[in-house]
Amino acid sequence: MTTVAPSRARRIADLVGRARELGIVVALALVIIPTAFVNPRFVEAQGIRDLLLNASVVAVLAAGQTLVVVTRNVDLSVGSTLGLSAFLTAQTFADHPDTPIVLGLLVGVGVGLVCGVVNGLLVAVGRVPSLVVTLGTLYVFRGVDFALAQGTQINASNLPDELLDLGNGRLFGVPVLVLITLAVVAAAALYLRSYRSGRDLYAIGSNPEAAVLAGIPVPRRVFTAFLLSGAVAGLAGALWVARYGTVDAAAGTGLELQVVAAVVVGGVAIFGGSGTVVGAALGALLLGTIASCLVVLRIPAFWQQAISGALLIGAITVDRLLALRLARELRGRSDHDA
Amino acid sequence: MDLPQEQPLVVLDRVSKSFGAVAALTDVTLALAPGEAHALLGENGAGKSTLIKTLAGVHRPDSGRVLVDGAETRFSGPADARAAGIAVIYQEPMLFGDLSIAENVYTGRQPLKTGRRIDTKAMHAHTAALFDRLGVALDPVRPARGLSIADQQVVEIAKALSFDARVVVMDEPTAALSAREVDRLFDVVKVLRAQGTAVLFVSHRLDEVFALCQRATVLRDGKHVWDGALEGETPDGLVRRMVGRELSALFPKQDTTAGEVLLDVRRLTREGVFTDVSFQVRAGEIVGLSGLVGAGRSEVARAVFGIDSVDAGEVRVNGKALKLGSPTAAMASGIGFVPEDRRQQGLVVDASVERNVALASLGRLSRFGLLSRGAERRLAQDWAIKLSIKTARLGAPAATLSGGNQQKVVLAKWLSRRPSVLIVDEPTRGIDVGTKAEVHRLLSELAGEGVAVLMISSELPEVLGMADRVLVMHEGRLVDDIPRADATEERVALAAAGRPGVVS
Ligand SMILES: Nc1ncnc2c1ncn2[C@@H]1O[C@H](COP(=O)(O)OP(=O)(O)OP(=O)(O)O)[C@@H](O)[C@H]1O
Ligand SMILES: [Mg+2]
Repeated sequence: MTTVAPSRARRIADLVGRARELGIVVALALVIIPTAFVNPRFVEAQGIRDLLLNASVVAVLAAGQTLVVVTRNVDLSVGSTLGLSAFLTAQTFADHPDTPIVLGLLVGVGVGLVCGVVNGLLVAVGRVPSLVVTLGTLYVFRGVDFALAQGTQINASNLPDELLDLGNGRLFGVPVLVLITLAVVAAAALYLRSYRSGRDLYAIGSNPEAAVLAGIPVPRRVFTAFLLSGAVAGLAGALWVARYGTVDAAAGTGLELQVVAAVVVGGVAIFGGSGTVVGAALGALLLGTIASCLVVLRIPAFWQQAISGALLIGAITVDRLLALRLARELRGRSDHDA
Repeated sequence: MDLPQEQPLVVLDRVSKSFGAVAALTDVTLALAPGEAHALLGENGAGKSTLIKTLAGVHRPDSGRVLVDGAETRFSGPADARAAGIAVIYQEPMLFGDLSIAENVYTGRQPLKTGRRIDTKAMHAHTAALFDRLGVALDPVRPARGLSIADQQVVEIAKALSFDARVVVMDEPTAALSAREVDRLFDVVKVLRAQGTAVLFVSHRLDEVFALCQRATVLRDGKHVWDGALEGETPDGLVRRMVGRELSALFPKQDTTAGEVLLDVRRLTREGVFTDVSFQVRAGEIVGLSGLVGAGRSEVARAVFGIDSVDAGEVRVNGKALKLGSPTAAMASGIGFVPEDRRQQGLVVDASVERNVALASLGRLSRFGLLSRGAERRLAQDWAIKLSIKTARLGAPAATLSGGNQQKVVLAKWLSRRPSVLIVDEPTRGIDVGTKAEVHRLLSELAGEGVAVLMISSELPEVLGMADRVLVMHEGRLVDDIPRADATEERVALAAAGRPGVVS
């Protein structure tokens, strides 16, 4: 067997793949270092913990969203799913204070699964474009949330201490919430990288027609992606309760846009086929960090939104340019003359 | 029907399939015996690809049965057909651009290690071994995006080989390959046959059919018209069965006197791709550009048309310097370009046939900036007849056309624009014998009207028959410029192998 030397094409593709994650790390440094000069406490242990904590809910959602986006779909209902799950989880604890924590988390996940099933069925079986379906369920889930809550709010005083400890406790100095986030991100990353059905998701997003011809059960895989995204959003809802201790029907409103922004900034192609969970989580961290920095630097909140938007457009532009460049590079240089 | 002695591996028994009003297959029967290479022949739109997709579980037949090992089987999708041991190489390569070549080969069947995780190392090694067997140097780890059509085809072939199929179906696998790769493929097919695999082979190149296959089935307009052993048959006889009439001679090149230089390419270089390429094409001339796949032929054409950038050199059209790197400028200067990869670069598959034909002539067809539907339709009708484009309606989306008919639409699009310099990359790829002659006649007619034609073709007889001059490329350099009188198969082949001018 002859071994083929790594082709130029491979090296270029590798480089582009890594460029994004490196870019985010550089961007993080660029925002953190000046902020640290203004306020050194920003980079002390507590400051870093806060940064990670603030980013964790969005990072969890971004991990689930990545599964959907790589298949050339989108799940806009995650904010509402989170809200619904948060309310129902909190209510479970409020009504039955003796509920074991794990069971409470499972309630959240279960609510998310139900939402995911609805989305998945409509997209995969009903063949309605996911943008339309999840835009619809964004309102439906939120509506159900409001109907159930009927204007009530559940406060920390109604919730068991163990739950609040989970949201604010630490293990070896690291917030438990951050550990859970890392676990979700790692699991999703492993699934997408190393499991057949995970790779199928990329194939579907890359070339749907070829995916069918290759015998990939496309509807089933897309359904699974929505199911997982829903479950993750459900879990995020339960974590939300643990972290904030106060829940009303509006919890998580508008979160979906932050999540999609994080995913795209993190290098997941919005037209499917490429991107990683780790990238998406880093994207969430970057957006969260920028928000925190702006607070420290006392820059008005509306700038925060403008900067997130600019970053998003910047990321998409860079993506586009890189993709064009990559396509050009890959084309002319055939491996035959390598 | 003369059925082979052994139990056939698969049988399509009186299968019919319609798309709306179009009857793509009517009562077609086909049996594949172990160890045979079976040719499936027919004009563009005869139903070959539809038959294959029925065998592959993509289409469900409207009526008729599919038998595997004598037992009736119902495929509910491509996965079922694959589980039954049927591997298909589709007419248009179907790859995942974002995934690595190895993943493309092993989609859904990646080798696993503990915990059902994909064993990437093993996958890369298996893929490299397959490429070894095919004699190609492709890096299994690189992404599939950007591969040439020929390389994509090689990946598809590797994919079919990778799962030890009992039936391998190849829908025009050689259309984009040059002689060397075709030879390799034939060797592979021989090995497969020796293992008892049945091979169903579609090609419009009859010499290949005779070299490779023992039996053939001929379709015409979706109906089975003949099947039997190829021994004792002649190409002419097969063509007659395919088209149902006699054909005029192929390669009807008229003699023309070359006029002034219309296309002047000077020292064009794109680093790592081609180097110092200079040539001229005169009015009324057809210049063939030959060479192995990967020699840089298509890349030169793409650079001249401005799709790819160049690092050095210039191009003059009609004496005026052309702004490089801009297809718009190239079109404005009068260059027309029929690209190699029609699905990706030549055709808007979701748009109608007539819109596709009119696409390059929009300027001429519109008045006050509005496009005249009537003019668009007349233009399309005109060309549909000239190239016998087979479609239910001119308003149907181009995606519903058969492969060869899609190719004709791309040709029509550029020919109708009346360029002064026409660059065609594999103009007859996937086009049947009857229409091939028609395309050749059209090209030669255009040359007769004073168009300068640069024709890239992997089909040597086509180049020799059509070209006034043959340029040969080898590893990115122009190595030979052979006048028509001296252009022999041997000389071109030697030059393509990097040994120009050594004729014994
Ligand atoms: N999805 C579809 N919708 C409508 N018509 C179709 C579709 N697929 C194929 N057809 C029609 O069925 C007929 C047979 O097409 P098919 O692709 O089988 O031809 P073919 O023999 O493979 O031709 P070629 O040599 O050009 O590849 C054609 O008239 C084509 O337009
Ligand atoms: Mg076909």
